[in-house]
Parts: sequence; C-alpha cells; structure tokens
Amino acid sequence: MPELGRAALVVTLGLSVYALVAGAAAARLGRRRLALSAQNALTAAFFSTLIASAVLLGALLGHDFSFTYVARTTSEALPTAYTISAFWGGQEGSLLLWLLVLTGFGATAVRLNRSWARDLIVWVVPAFAAVSIFFSFLVVAVASPFATQPAPADGAGMTPSLQNPYMLAHPPLLYLGYVGLTVPFAFAMGALLSGRMDERWLIATRRWTLFAWTALGIGQLLGAHWAYVEVGWGGYYAWDPVENAALMPWLAATAFLHSVMIQEKRGMLRVWNIVLVILAFSLSLFGTFLTRSGVVNSIHSFTQSSIGPWFLAFIGVTVAVSLALVFWRLPQLRSPTKLESAVSREAAFLYNNLLLLALCLTILWGVVYPLLSEAVRGEAVVLGRAYYDFFLRAFGLPLLLLMGIGPLIAWRRASLRSLLTTFRWPTAVALATGGLLLSLGAGSSVPGLVAYTFSAFVAATIGLEFARGTRARKALGAGSWPGAFSSLISRNRRRYGGYVVHASIVLLAVGIAGSSAFDSVAEAKLKPGQSMEAGDYTLAYRSLDERLAENATEIRATLGVTRGDRDLGTLQAGKNAYTIEQQVSNEVGIRSDPVTGEDLFVIAEQIDPDGTVYFRVFVKPLVNLIWIAGFVFLLGSAITLWPDAREQRKLVARASEIGVPATR
Amino acid sequence: MTVALILAVILAVTCVVAVALPFLREPEPESDSLDELDERDRRRLELLEARDRALSALKELEFDHRTGTISDDDYRTLVGPLRREAAHALQALELDGSGR
Repeated sequence: MPELGRAALVVTLGLSVYALVAGAAAARLGRRRLALSAQNALTAAFFSTLIASAVLLGALLGHDFSFTYVARTTSEALPTAYTISAFWGGQEGSLLLWLLVLTGFGATAVRLNRSWARDLIVWVVPAFAAVSIFFSFLVVAVASPFATQPAPADGAGMTPSLQNPYMLAHPPLLYLGYVGLTVPFAFAMGALLSGRMDERWLIATRRWTLFAWTALGIGQLLGAHWAYVEVGWGGYYAWDPVENAALMPWLAATAFLHSVMIQEKRGMLRVWNIVLVILAFSLSLFGTFLTRSGVVNSIHSFTQSSIGPWFLAFIGVTVAVSLALVFWRLPQLRSPTKLESAVSREAAFLYNNLLLLALCLTILWGVVYPLLSEAVRGEAVVLGRAYYDFFLRAFGLPLLLLMGIGPLIAWRRASLRSLLTTFRWPTAVALATGGLLLSLGAGSSVPGLVAYTFSAFVAATIGLEFARGTRARKALGAGSWPGAFSSLISRNRRRYGGYVVHASIVLLAVGIAGSSAFDSVAEAKLKPGQSMEAGDYTLAYRSLDERLAENATEIRATLGVTRGDRDLGTLQAGKNAYTIEQQVSNEVGIRSDPVTGEDLFVIAEQIDPDGTVYFRVFVKPLVNLIWIAGFVFLLGSAITLWPDAREQRKLVARASEIGVPATR
Repeated sequence: MTVALILAVILAVTCVVAVALPFLREPEPESDSLDELDERDRRRLELLEARDRALSALKELEFDHRTGTISDDDYRTLVGPLRREAAHALQALELDGSGR
C-alpha cells in the first residue's frame, strides 16, 4: 500500500502547513476557535504520520520488495528484529521516525500545557508546525520511504554491523533525544513570539528537556557499547563525526539544564538560556544532517546527497530567525538581578556552562574543519584523535572538578572561612587518593592521575551531601535513617537526582581514564598450539572452527586464558561472513572481570586459510565502569524526572492566583 | 490500489473534520477571542514568581545551613537580604491585590 503511505504523508504536510498558518493567524488575531483548530491539526498530523509509519512497518515485515526502501535495507533471511530496526536503518525511514516522534511530542506537549499556559501555547503550535513542515516536506518530496520499483526476488540486506541488538535501541533513543530537543525550542520560540518571558516556558519544558537529554545520553552509551563489542577495533569512542553529532547537542543541553537553575533561582541568564536552547536544537538538526546526508563518509557525497542542502538551508533559517527573535525581545529578557560574587554556586554553574560550551564548539570545529578546509584549500584536513583528546582534557578535567565544587558553595556568595570548612573533607579524600595512586604507579599518565584525583573529590562531595542531608532530615523528625534518606530525595528530586547523575559521570570519568590512559595492547600471529602474553594474561590459541548461522558463516578461534596459575576458561574471537550482504565483520572476544571491572579484549584481525590467526589483544582496566555509569545515569535521571507533587501544588496555587485553570 | 485510495480519502476526511471540530462544535460562540492574560495578570505572575523564588531560596538556605554546607556567618549574611526580598515580593503582591 505505498499509495496510502504517500497520501498519509501528504496529509501530514497539509496539516502542518495549516497548523502554521492558522496557528499564527489565531495568535496574531486572538481567535480562540482557530487556535484550537490549529492544535487539532498538529494532533491529526501525528495520527496521519502514524498511519504512514504503519504502512512502512507492514511492508518491512511482509518483505514487500516493491518498496525500494524495503529492498535496499532488508532481505528475506534477515531476522525479524532487524527487519523492524530497518525502519530507522536507512535515510527515508529515519526521517519518517523523526517526523513521527516530532508530531507525537508536539501534540502531547501542547495538550499537557494548553490550559495553564494557553497564551504561550498559541504561539508554540506554529513553532512546532514549522519544524514539522520541513520534515514532512522531506519525506514527501525529497526522500520518500514509499518509492516503488519492480520487486526483486530478494532484498540487498542490512549492513552486518547493524545486525546487532544494540541497533534496536541505540538509533531510536538518539532520535528521541534529537526530537525531544524540539520541545524546549518550540516553547522558547513561543515565548519569544508571544512576549511571555515569564518562567512558564521553562516549567513546561523542564522534563521534556531532561527526557531528551537522558535519551541522548543513554543512546550514546549504547552506541559506544555497540562500537566496543561489534565494530571490533578495540575502543568505544573514536571521535567520529556521527558520534560527535550526538555528543554536541547533549553538551549544549547539559549546559542548559544547569543554567536554567540559575534563571529559576536568581532570575538571571535569560538570554543565555534561550540561546542554549536554540543551540541544542540546531545541533540536533546538524546531527541528523551529519548522520543522514552522507557528508561524513566523504565530503564529495555532500553534493550527491538529496537532503543535505535542504538540511543546511533549514538549519540556517532556524538559527537566523531564532536569533532575530532573541534580538527583538532583548529588552524583555534583561535580568533583574546580577552575579553577586565570583565565588558562588551560580558562578560555578556559569563556569561549568562556559566549559561545556567551549567543549561543544571545539568538537563542532573539529567536525566542520575538513569541510571548510576542502572548500578553501581544495584538500580535506581531518582533525584527529589528538585534537579531541587535548580539548577533552583541557575542558573536561576542570568540568569534572567543578562538579564537586558547585554543591559545596552557597548561592549568592561564600566566605573563605566557610569554603575552608566545606572543602576540607573532599580535598583530603582527593589528595589521599591521588597520593595513594601515585605510589601505586598511576603517575605514568598525568591526565589519568588528575582524572582519578578529581573524581575522588567529586565522589567525596556527593557522599558528604547525601550524608549531611540525611542527618539533617533525621534531625527534622524523618524517623529512621532509611526514612530520612528517602525523604531527602523525595523532597528535592532535582538536587539529589542530579547528584546521582554526577556520580555516574564520576564512574564514566574513572572508566575512561582507566581504559584509555592505563590500557595495554599486545599483538601476535599464532598457529594452533602457540600462545601469547597480554598484561598479566596468557592466551593459548587452541582451535579454529566454522559454523553456519541464520544468515552468516561464523569462524571462531578458541583461546584458553590463564592469569598466573589461575585458569580463566576460554574466549572466542573471529569473523562472520554474511552471505547476502557479501560482507565480513569482526566478532571480538571479551572477558570481563566483575571484581576489577577490567576487560580482556581479543580481536582476530586476520585469519589465514592454514588456521594461522593474527591476534590483537587489549587489556582495559576499569572499562566496565563506563557501562555501569549508564545504569546510574538512568537512575539519577529517573529520580529527577519523577513527578513532584509539591512542585505541582505550588504551580497550581500560582496559576489559580492569576485565574488560570489550575491544571496542566 | 483502490483500497489504498479509499483509506487515504477516509484519512483526509477524518483529518478535515478534526481540524474543523472547534467550528462545528461552536458555530456561533458568544466570544471567539483568546482568553489571554492582561497586563495586570502578567505583572502579578511576575510578582508571584519573584515571591516563590525568594521563598524557595530561603528554604534552601535554611536546609544548607542545617546540613553544614553553609556556615553560621554566611547564613547570617545571606538570610537578611533573602528575607527582605521575600517581604518585598509579598508586599508588592498585597498592594497589587488591593488594587484589583
């Protein structure tokens, strides 16, 4: 039914255009029914996109190769789960997913907030609609998922590296993150257009931003783990432009989540916050452009890409219009208060913002530099790992330290005496940790040692905050210690959920430092029966086997692993040869130590017909802390995202005082 | 093809009805103007936000003092201006309310 899919997308485009025109007219002329009609158009756009998505999913599951998209991205032999993931595996499908999530989020955000912020919402609808027009135009006119062809006997199949369980969750999560950032953007635009510069746009979008940020964060970690176990080069982050594409909006959103607290608590940084929202959204568009335009594979493919120029034009228009609106509303955006001291919590947040932004823009420069250098000099110059690593240390390490400093300083200002008292224990813990690690030989990598020391400082701060807070809650009559702890978190989910997120960043920092600054590598070409050393491990190559799987031939080398006198069992590494796709993938062998968090990572780089295998073996200390950090990050985000009844009551009371309906 | 076209027409008609619904439900409403906040409501909203901001800052200061994150000296320095801010916001709200 490609006709139904095409028709549904045309309907979505028509509804989006109507929502923009009618919504803007309703807001300008103050027409209530027209405004409601525009809101209904946005909701209807979601349902028509849902129908288009159902048509594509049906075609994928039914192996209908008369759909060009289905024939290009799947095959009869492809397992069902990956057939579903093909929905977002190609350009057209992923753009359709963007549109589906966008219209869904838009309709939901408008419905949730239209009672209590109705004067704002009337302008939010056209802002959503403008973004929706762009994406629906793309899938209608430029990159349709419903293009048809004479059906071939079988499809071309899916790239082997994408045939991995992580691909079921990693791309959709990134899209949820990218698209989720449209919500704060649309509300910020609504606030600018309507001139309602009060806090309501922030309150309405706080959880949406957090959700988008969490989805982006988890999506990136899943992507890193996928790269680690599937791509088979021995690492988890390569500063690849597509990876950077997701990191940049996440950094901008992280800066916003911190600076928005300064606006809420001190009424400051109003312009800055709106600019950060614009930046995060523009970077999410840029991320989609990088991933989908083909520009990152080869800069020459940019001119061949059908969506690249459209995306660039839309990003340009978005940035220009948004900044013009900010400039227009500058008088209303002036803050009533000023920074009182350079030593205060808001100042620490501001430094944190500057560092996050510096890191984000540095990465952006690294991504666009090859394009600019080719445009100017005719030769693409790629900025390598050394460039990114340098700036990660230059900006990332002070950021890590600030994560520990911020909670120890009071809002507004702090005296030296107070600072000496509050910094005493975290500093002592950090220095003791640094000294101990130095004596154990961690001085071989100064950045690694500094990262560990700063991490100890932050961990001590977090521990201290929880301990002091729980003690204070108990003194206030919260009953038992567990009761006091639970009450501490439930009474201030943002603050203590935020500390849990900080703890996850500490784990991440320790994992990255351990696995990158203190790792080791060994290489050897072995025949069966021979062995090699890697760190403390001895690996004995025992045999090479071949077996047939559902859609690939699997070749595996089996290695016996020992450490000193201890037998640690066997490990398999090899390659998969995919029949239909005519491609070969590395299938690495990993042995994780649950106690130390260390990984023994084996790649069978080259397998000769006589059974000789060229092995590359990495020993990666503490790498598993990176994945554990993901769970802690999710826990902290969940605490922060959890609905807060007290906050809700306060908002309802505030709304009722000005006669706005007391519901959201 | 025919089934697809029929479904597409049904979809289009349903969407048109959904979009026209506010006009179909209220063909001749008493008022069709948007119920917006007037200048006074907006000013009051700003005052309410300032009040809540000051009260929330006071509450956080009290808690941080109780936990020991803020010393007695810093607490004494900070609590005065915050209380004045809260009092000003409450006073402004009261004045605004009496003028309504």
